[in-house]
This record gives sequence, C-alpha cells and structure tokens, in this order.
Amino acid sequence: MVFMPSSLAASDVPTQGPARPRTGDTPSPPGHPPGAGPQANVAGVSAKKTERLLNLVICLLATRRFLGVQEIRQAVPGYEQGTEEAFRRMFERDKEELRELGIPLETGTSSAVHDDEPGYRIARRDYELPDIVLEPDEAAALGLAARLWQSAPLAGATGRALLKLQAAGVEPGAAPAALEPRVAASEPSFEGCLAAVRDGRAVTFSYRTSGSATPTDRHVEPWGVVSWHGRWYLVGHDTDRGAARVFRLSRMVGTVTPVGPAGAVVPPDGLDLRAMVARKAVDEPRSTARVALRPGAGWELRREATSSATDPDRPDWTVVDIGFADPERLADRVTGYGADAVVLAPPQARAAVVRRLRALAQPQPAPVTSGARTGAP
Amino acid sequence: MTAAPGGTADQLPRLLALVPYLLARPGVRLAEVAATFGVTEDRLRKDLNLLWVCGLPGHGPGDLIDVEFEGDTITLTEPAGVTRPLRLTVDEALALVVALRALAETPGLVERDAVDRALAKVEQAAGAAAGPAHRVEVSVEGEDRVLPVVRTALAERRRLHLSYYVPGRDETTERDVDPVRLLLVQGRSYLEAWCRRAEGVRLFRLDRVADLQVLDAPAEPPVDLEPRELSEGLFRPSPDDLLVTLALRPGAAWVADYHPCESVVEQDDGGLVVTLRARDTSWVRRLVLRLGEQGQVLAPRELADAVRADARAALRAYEG
Repeated sequence: MVFMPSSLAASDVPTQGPARPRTGDTPSPPGHPPGAGPQANVAGVSAKKTERLLNLVICLLATRRFLGVQEIRQAVPGYEQGTEEAFRRMFERDKEELRELGIPLETGTSSAVHDDEPGYRIARRDYELPDIVLEPDEAAALGLAARLWQSAPLAGATGRALLKLQAAGVEPGAAPAALEPRVAASEPSFEGCLAAVRDGRAVTFSYRTSGSATPTDRHVEPWGVVSWHGRWYLVGHDTDRGAARVFRLSRMVGTVTPVGPAGAVVPPDGLDLRAMVARKAVDEPRSTARVALRPGAGWELRREATSSATDPDRPDWTVVDIGFADPERLADRVTGYGADAVVLAPPQARAAVVRRLRALAQPQPAPVTSGARTGAP
Repeated sequence: MTAAPGGTADQLPRLLALVPYLLARPGVRLAEVAATFGVTEDRLRKDLNLLWVCGLPGHGPGDLIDVEFEGDTITLTEPAGVTRPLRLTVDEALALVVALRALAETPGLVERDAVDRALAKVEQAAGAAAGPAHRVEVSVEGEDRVLPVVRTALAERRRLHLSYYVPGRDETTERDVDPVRLLLVQGRSYLEAWCRRAEGVRLFRLDRVADLQVLDAPAEPPVDLEPRELSEGLFRPSPDDLLVTLALRPGAAWVADYHPCESVVEQDDGGLVVTLRARDTSWVRRLVLRLGEQGQVLAPRELADAVRADARAALRAYEG
C-alpha cells in the first residue's frame, strides 16, 4: 500500500485561475498521489476520449434544456480544437458510443437553439438507476446468482450489473461458499441466439438433425432460449415448416445470422418455453413395458417402475412395469443392462432388443464407417 | 461492443459507476475499491486522476469532481451531478434476472423467499430493461428429495451416509462421506465429498442417491483438499484410463455431446469415429450395448470381444 498524503483536499487545489490540467497535458499537480500523474498514463489517446465523454455526460446531465451542438462544443473540453467538420465527426462518434453504453441521449429543440438542428440532454429519470435496498438474505441471494454464469457474455454482463448495484449502495452478501451453481454456454451459436431473442430478430442457421448426415439451412423467428438439463435450446417459429420448433444449440453448425429488422419477432402470449423444451426432450409415456431384472440390477429402471413383483420364472428376479413412448428408446435403455434385464412385453419392444443384441453378437460386424470427411473435432 | 480492454468502452462505464460508488462510501479503502472494480490499484489511481479533471461546464475548481485521500482511504466530496449509477442495460438485467430466477426455481437449493424478494427488487430497479429476460430460462435439476439433507449436512458440517447407485457397475453402494461442496453444473446437482471408503474426493450425482442420512459424526475431510477447478468441466479423464475408439452411426452421434472425447472425426455418412478415455470398462460395455446397431467398438480388440460376449449372454434370455 502506497502511503498518500492526506492533502488532496479542495483547499490544496488552486482556487482561481485556469481549470486543472487536462489529461496528458502537463505533469501532476503537487499533492497528487504518486504514480498516478497524467504523465504515467501511457494510453493518452484513450484517456483523452474517456475524459471528453465523461465531461459530455456530466454536461448533458446537468442541463435541463436541450443544448445545441455549438453550446456543447464550447462547454465540453476536447471539442474546441480542429475544424468544424472534424468536430462534427467526433461528436457523431461520441453520441454513438454513449448510446452503445445504454446512456439515454434525448434530442429536442429549445428556444436557445436558433437553427433547425436538434439539441441534446440526458434526462435524469431515464439515466439513473432507481433506488434499490436489499435485506441481508436478499443480498446473499444476489451474491449467489452473480456466480451462476460461467461464460461470456453473461458473466461479463453480470459483473457490470453488480457494479451498478454496488454504486447504488447495495452490498452483495457473501454467498455460502459450499454452494457452487454454474451454468456454462460454450456453444458457438449461443451469443447469436441470445442476441436474436433479446432483440426480437429472425435468424438463419445451419442445423444438423439427429441421425441425418448433412446439415440444412433453417429460418427461425426466435421466441426464447432455454437451458434444460445442462443443454441449450432455441425455441421459435420455423418459417419454412410453418410450425413451432425446438433446436439444440449444439447441433447448430457455426454461428447464427440475423435476418430482418430488430423487434420484428413478437413471441405469442402465454408461451411456456420450458414445457416446449421438456416435451421435445422427454416423450410422455403412452404404453407400459414389463421388464425382468436380476437381483440388485437396473436401479434406474426400478426407480421409475409403476409396479413391481417377483418373477414367477426366475427365483430372486423382479418384474417391473415401466411407462414408455417409443419402443426403440426403451430397447436402447434395456439393452444397456445386457443379461441383467429382459423385456417380457410388449412384443415390439422385445423384438427391438433382440434385433440390437443380434447385431452386437455378430462375430465380425461390418464396419459402420465409410471414410473420414473432416479431421476437426 | 468490441473495444479493446482498457479502452473507453471499458473505462467510461467504470468511471460512471465509480463516482456514485465512492459517494455512497466515504473513507472506503483504495484496495477494497480496486478489488470490487476488478482493477489494479495503479489502474484505479489513473481512474481517479482522470475523474479529478472532469466536471461541470466551466471546469473551474468548484465544478470539478473532487476526491480526498487520507492514508489508504478515499472520500469523494464533489460528484459533479453524477450521484447515481446508470440504469441496467438489457443484457445486464437479463443476466441477473435469469440467474436469480434459476436459483428460485431449483427446488431445495436456497431459501426461495429471499431469492424471490431479491428478484422482485432487481426487476423493479431494471424496469423495461428486464423485459427480454422472460425469453431466457435456465432449468436445473434440484433433486428436492436429497438436496435439503445435503444442505443440512454441509451447514452443520456433519458426515453423511449415502446409498449411491453406480451405473457403470449397475449396483447400489453404501458409504460414509464427508461433504465438501454442492455443485450445480450442466443442469445437474452434485455433492463433492471425501469418500471414506475410497479415501478420495468423489462427485456424487444427486439423482443417483437412493437414500441418505445425516450422521452424528462431524465431517472431517482432509484439511489440504484442493477445490476442484470447475472451468474445464467436471470430468477430466486421466491419461491412465483406457483409450477406446468407437464408430458411431448418425443415430449415436449424441455420444460426442454427452461424453468428453479426445478426438471426433466426421464420416461421409454423417457418423463419427471418436476416441474417449474410460476408467471403467464396464461403463463402456454398457454404453455400446445401449447403442445397439448404431455403435461399434473399433479398439481395443478385447473390449469389442467383451461386448460381443455380453450380447450373446443376453440373447440367451430371449432365445433360450
């Protein structure tokens, strides 16, 4: 910790004469913290721009009436030099930069502006974060939520949001150290999907469906993004198929491309995004299968059994009834237990298992591959 | 926004937050401010130096932002009208609101009441910026049967007895564990604990806990345990594990999504050839059985033979 003289008080600052030196212009004034003088600032151009923009924000926040462009040029240091044209270009870029940061620039005319040009101001009620006071248990919840996102862009946005809340006086509580909720979003298409949903903007992307060799181009009006059981899905209206569809982000090839204007997509009312994804991921059981299980085996099947009894044909074995939607999916699960689980009924599920086992039992199975296409993982 | 780190796009929002932050905390320590804002103390001094030359039009001494130093503390005495932070952007509101809602809707994880109140206040403060947050949802499997018991054991630092299902062996095991942390990763909840039977740190997926009891004994995990690094994913295969090569038809390509693979090579028919590490051959045998006609072991040979033997044994139950 560098000790700093306790002298940088208002009384030590020149009380008359010119304003304090601008960034990068002159050495530190006396009494300034060591190592913090303007000469130490190597990023001089960037610092000058930050200084100009900060002065611009302060100026536009302070004014009640709209300030004309020339008034702004006189009031904000950094605009005075150069030609009128250079100033105009700089001012346009600065306005754009402030808007990108979410600073609400209001345009209008006031009596002091004599030409037709609009004037500018920042309305405090649009700029300022409203009061927010959190109880200790609420602050602890906020602290825990702030640790949830594991990857950009949401982790970065959380950090910036937290700083604003802290600047409003909130102290995020210490979340319990023994609890680590983490949600990752590493799919290359995530950022594009999130932006499309946020902006209400249609997208197109290349999508590989389960079991198909070549990806196809899809056009979607996105309604929402859902993380369900650790996987991200895009829910929306597929304009080619004219119906609602759910897409796995991991099956999108590359990134998504926005098409059309922002705000064009309005999700229907009463949408239950989570239910739509859950329906896609898990089929409602429509039939019941009877499966015999060796003692101790098949805990996951036993757990969802609707009824359970001893097997009359095999001592110690258990017979369970399990709901299923697709006999092929049921056969996948049961085949995984090998000789420890046997489907007794229905016949089509039993046949599906036997077909799998015969393929697996082939002495020399035919190679399932036919040459590599790409080497990329 | 694509600005270089340290550029205006980084620095200006930081300064606009720094002024009201300091205003609300007279005499705050410089080190604490730097830590909160995630910058070095040197960077913070440069920020303060810049604030010190900014202010209201006229830019006379009384118009400028003013900061007093005393020892290693700072007091902001003149904010030049920047008394409140900027509102949350849509992205910021979305990140916070969706995270809070995910916590609130995970059964058994936290006191829902406190999360709901925090959520309501954050949404209120965010205003219209919180609107798009309703288009993003995160659903985490909470395991409300098991989670509250695990939380009690963690809070009271007590040992747990677990009846735990090991899918690779298809059996339920009994063991005493000393809880370390509760992890919610990739939509599932896990207990990280010192397993007294294995004498090592193990992850227990809560949906595979068949039964559990909090024991009277205190939890005594070794004091020198290193917390598991979560950024690389939960499961890092060891180079000592068996390297397995699988051919996957398109219908089995999901395997590459669900299991960390060392290599993935696409085939002309849309299938994949993948290599992955397996600590436990019984787990791979069960995986390949499950894939049926859609998967095949290319190497090692012994594993391919074992799967064939498993399939023949199972067939006898249907054909015998």
